[in-house]
Amino acid sequence: MNIFERILARASGLREVAAGDYVTAKVDLAMFHDLTGPLTINAFKEIGVEKVWDPEKIVVVFDHLVPANTMETAELHKQVRSFVKQQDIKHFYDVGRGGICHQVVVENGHVKPGDLVVGADSHTCTYGAVGAFATGVGSTDMAAALATGELWFKVPAAIKVEAKGAFKKYVSAKDLILKVIGELTADGASYKGLEFRGDAVQRMSVDGRMTLCNMAVEAGAKAGLVPPDEVTAKYLGLTGFDPRLLGDGDDSYERVLHVDVGELQPQVAVPPRVDDVKPVSEAKGVPVDQVFIGSCTNGRIEDLRVAAEIMRGGKVHKDVRVIVIPASNKVFLQALNEGLIKTFTEAGAVVANPNCGPCLGGHMGLLASGETCLSTSNRNFIGRMGSSKARIYLASPATAAATALEGQIADPTEFGG
Amino acid sequence: MILEGECVKLGNDVDTDVILPGRYLTITDFHELGRHALEGLMPGFSEVAGRGVVVVAGLNFGCGSSREHAALALKHAGVRAAVAESFARIFYRNAFNVGLPAVECEGIHGAVESGDRLTIDLHRGLVKNQRTSMELRFNPIPSFMLAMLEEGGLIPYLKRRLAGEHPRPERS
Repeated sequence: MNIFERILARASGLREVAAGDYVTAKVDLAMFHDLTGPLTINAFKEIGVEKVWDPEKIVVVFDHLVPANTMETAELHKQVRSFVKQQDIKHFYDVGRGGICHQVVVENGHVKPGDLVVGADSHTCTYGAVGAFATGVGSTDMAAALATGELWFKVPAAIKVEAKGAFKKYVSAKDLILKVIGELTADGASYKGLEFRGDAVQRMSVDGRMTLCNMAVEAGAKAGLVPPDEVTAKYLGLTGFDPRLLGDGDDSYERVLHVDVGELQPQVAVPPRVDDVKPVSEAKGVPVDQVFIGSCTNGRIEDLRVAAEIMRGGKVHKDVRVIVIPASNKVFLQALNEGLIKTFTEAGAVVANPNCGPCLGGHMGLLASGETCLSTSNRNFIGRMGSSKARIYLASPATAAATALEGQIADPTEFGG
Repeated sequence: MILEGECVKLGNDVDTDVILPGRYLTITDFHELGRHALEGLMPGFSEVAGRGVVVVAGLNFGCGSSREHAALALKHAGVRAAVAESFARIFYRNAFNVGLPAVECEGIHGAVESGDRLTIDLHRGLVKNQRTSMELRFNPIPSFMLAMLEEGGLIPYLKRRLAGEHPRPERS
């Protein structure tokens, strides 16, 4: 069995499962947010079960439209708050208390290696960074999970990404995952688990691993996962984890992808396809109207540090507006203490409260027709960030910072260092 | 279950942001959601869909967000089934969960044109193009998923399961 099969076998109480099987498995954690919450709650009420299966194992985070941007949103928020209270849900992160759901779940230790997690958000796969099998579901699945604590799953086959070598300065996890998606294509890992291994991944912090796993879904994967190690244990404050999770080293993979990150250049995904990936050198000089540094992909402290390092003492190009959004309140505070917020503000960027706003075209930075944005988020679909006539390039925080200063897509490896 | 409808043909990688843009996610009236289905890609889609249509797509239909609003918008616009070369997995689940049949059928995209009348037999695993008489087979849908569709989605199915009328699917 591969690691995805081992986790699903454990969670479904079976000795063995194989790719392609359908199983019913118990979930260790369920997460939903302000936008998928209302449909979840309506569906839950329809089931007719009075109480959620376990109020300790549910995390609710307000992050998509916070603070409420319209009266409709305010009403939806009110509805979710009332459900949380009524069901006595223990882990509720309201406006100003948490941040972006995926960051909040991982940094507060709500998931651990080997857990089976469902979240009513497609980027739930981010939790694979700490060795959990975490997958996105819709609101009705979430309602069923809340009512029964279990869901049916199709067991995925696995694809391994073996990343070796050392990253060059200003090349990072984002460039690696963009490269991988370019190779796999947008549906190359459909119904599969994407496992990241190799010395380059082992040396990566949990921040970087979250970026890798976050975008697994952009290749269609059901989950992304980095097998847990000392880095994971240290991050979560664990003394160890069940060694059975790691297996005996004879995992089988449907496909193996090899990447030497030492040869990797900064990458960009060219609109409107997440799998149309090129070295940044081939997109250099494209003028941009907006740069967005943030989202569940790249709003972590390491991301902000590298962006600030490049922007320190510089000025945002006069024709560009730059939005920086730390992924959580903890990240915001840390960035504040390290002087990063000051750096961004002095350079001419706007720094907003932790939220998902611009990434999904919710609020705080929608694009007008004909505009171009370079974003550290995960999707460049048509209309994703506003006008369907806007264009979105995806890149790393370093590339974003260099682009912010130049006013056109720029290669960060040519900055300082 | 046998379904019939006029074919509306789409391309590859039609994502959930295109099926239902993020700015409509605060809408809770399903029929209102339906009016915005695919509006960026095919203005006026919901009027056509109101006649009862089968959406036929290429690869990776429904990729992107987990927003169930996308499947709901299609269903309430009048889509009777979505048939594609392949689906993104979250959308695929969402479709069954809200009672919208999603059929993965290799070769479908090249075998139909918009306006063709299609018949889908979910139990036999057969799509027929009435114009050309061409029939395509697809892999059978697991029985618990067919049961779910027949009940109208996961919630009514689960209600009956919790009442002891369906077995808990252990493994299949």
